[in-house]
Amino acid sequence: MWDLLLAPFMIRAVIAAAVTGLAAPGIGTYLVQRRLALLGDGIGHITVTGVALGLLTGTSPTYTAVVIAVLGALAIELIRTSGRATGDLALALLFYGGIAGGLVLVQLAGNGAFSLQAYLFGSITTISYDDVVVSLVLAGIVIVAGLALMPQLFAVSHDEDFARASGVPVWFYNTLVSVLAAVTVSVAMRTVGLLLVSALMIIPVATSQQFTRSFRSTMLLAMVAGLVASLGGVIISAFANLPPGATIVLVSLAGFVGTAPVGMVLERRRRARVPYDADALPLHEETGERHRHVHGPGCGHLAIEHGDHVDYVHDGHRHAVHVTGDGQHYDEH
Amino acid sequence: MTTPLSLDQVGILLDGRPIVRDVTFEVTPGQVVAILGANGSGKSTLLKALVRLNPVSLGTVSLFGTPLPRFRDWERVGYVPQRSNLGTGVPATVREVVASGRIARRRPFLPMTRHDHDVVDAAVDLVGLGGRAGHAVATLSGGQQQRVLVARTLAGEPDLLLLDEPNAGVDHGSQMAIAETLGGRADAGASVVVVLHELGPFAPLIDRVIALREGRITYDGPPDQLAEGAAHSHHHLGSDGGRVAPPMHAPLEGDR
Repeated sequence: MWDLLLAPFMIRAVIAAAVTGLAAPGIGTYLVQRRLALLGDGIGHITVTGVALGLLTGTSPTYTAVVIAVLGALAIELIRTSGRATGDLALALLFYGGIAGGLVLVQLAGNGAFSLQAYLFGSITTISYDDVVVSLVLAGIVIVAGLALMPQLFAVSHDEDFARASGVPVWFYNTLVSVLAAVTVSVAMRTVGLLLVSALMIIPVATSQQFTRSFRSTMLLAMVAGLVASLGGVIISAFANLPPGATIVLVSLAGFVGTAPVGMVLERRRRARVPYDADALPLHEETGERHRHVHGPGCGHLAIEHGDHVDYVHDGHRHAVHVTGDGQHYDEH
Repeated sequence: MTTPLSLDQVGILLDGRPIVRDVTFEVTPGQVVAILGANGSGKSTLLKALVRLNPVSLGTVSLFGTPLPRFRDWERVGYVPQRSNLGTGVPATVREVVASGRIARRRPFLPMTRHDHDVVDAAVDLVGLGGRAGHAVATLSGGQQQRVLVARTLAGEPDLLLLDEPNAGVDHGSQMAIAETLGGRADAGASVVVVLHELGPFAPLIDRVIALREGRITYDGPPDQLAEGAAHSHHHLGSDGGRVAPPMHAPLEGDR
C-alpha cells in the first residue's frame, strides 16, 4: 500500500490535488456570492481550446490553457457588463465554440480525442514535475489573492451597487474574480478535469454554508472541505483504479449529502429564530368613494399604466385595485 | 465650507425616457432634506444618479464643490440603497456587512486598524444591533436588515448621507431607530438627503422637503408649509380633468 502512496507520480498527484482542493472552493465562494456558480464550467469549456492549442503547437497544454482560460474569462466579463439581453446567448456561443474548437484542433494535431481525455476528466499519471510547480505557484496566487483581498472582493460580490457608490473600482475586482477563476480552472484541469472543475468550486461551498454564519468562516470551511475531498478522492481513485476527477467530485458530493440532515436541522432552528416585523406599515391609502362597478377595460374610466398595474381615473383621482384576503377595494395612487 | 451637494438643471434619461427633468437645488452642511414623491416620480432615480448608479444626462451634479465626473472623495459620501435581499447567497454576519461600509477608507492588502474596528462596532451599536453583531443577516427581520444597511453606511463616516426609502416595509421601531441615528449624524454636521414615500417618524428631523412629481420639483421648502397637493402621496390630475399625459418636453428641447 505504501508503495503506491509513495510512488513519485502519486506524490505529485496528491500535491496537485491538495492545492486544487484549497484554491477552487476559495474562489468558488465569491462566485456563489455573485450568483455566477457556473462561471467555472463556462471557463472550463473555453479552456478545451487552450489545451488543444498546446497539443497542436507542441507547447505544454498547462501554459496554453492558462492563457486561453484568462482570455475567456475577460471575454465573459466584457460580455456580461456590456449587454443584458444578449449576454446569455453570447456566453453560450463562447462556451460551445470553445469546446467544439478544441475538439477540432486536437484532431488536426493528430492526437485524436484520446489525449484530450486526460484534460477533460483529469488524470493523475500525466502530471509532470513542471506541472506540479506551475500548479503550486498559480494556486498560491489564487489563495493569497482570495484571502488578502477579502474585504474588497466581499464588498463587490455582496452589494455591487453599494461598492460602486463607495468609489470601489467594481469592474477591476469583478474581472479579478473571473481571472482568478480562470487560473483555478487551469490548475484543476489535471486532477479534476475541465468538465468537472466547477463542481469542486461550488459543492464544498454548499456543504460549508450549512454550518456557518459568516462569510469568512464559510470560505475557510469550504477550503477545508475541498482539501479533504480532493485528497480522499485522489487516494481512493488510485487504489480502486477509478477516474480521479469523478472520484473527487463524488467524495465532495458525499460530504454534502452526508452533512445535509444536520444542515437542515440547523437551518430550521435558524429560521425559527428570525423575528418578524409586527407592525410593518402598509404604504397604501384606501379610497373614500364607493364604486358601484368594477374598473376594467371598457368601464368608461380612463386607464393609465402605472408600474406593474393599471390605474383608473375616477373623479380626478387615480384608483388601483387592491385585492385583499376578504375581497378587494381601490387604493389612491 | 463647501456645499456638500448641488444640482443644476439636472435631467435623467433612462432608455431614452425622461425620468427626471430640470431639477435644481443645493444642500447645505448639516441640512436634512427629504425628497418626497409618489411611485414613479423619479425620486429614487435621482438619488442613484448622485452616486453614479444612473447617468446624469443633462445639467450638472456637484459633490463638495467638484463636478460628479471628476469627484474622487467617495469616502465622504454614504449611500444607503433600498433594502435588497440580504439573506440570500453565502452567509454573512451583521458585523461583516457593516465592516464592508469602510471599504472606501481602506487600502487593499491592509488589515483593519484599531480605529476601523471601533467605528464598525460603534455603527452596529448606534442602530441598536450591538447584541446581534455576530448573527447572520439572514436571521434578522426586514427592519433589522434595513438598520444593518444604515450602519454599513455610517461605518464609512460620510459627511453626506443619501438614503433611498429607508422606511419602506420597515417596522415602526426600526423606523424610529433609523430616524434617531440620522438626527444624530445631522447634529454632528453631516448633511442628509433622504428619499421617502411619506415623512412618518422622520418628520421631526426634516429641515426641508423637496417634492417631485413626474420628475419635476413641485415644492421646495420647509415641511410645515408643504402645500396640500404636493403632500399627497397619490396623483392628482388637475383642473383640466381629461388630460392624463404628464406635461412633458422632449429631452433635448431645453427651456422652450
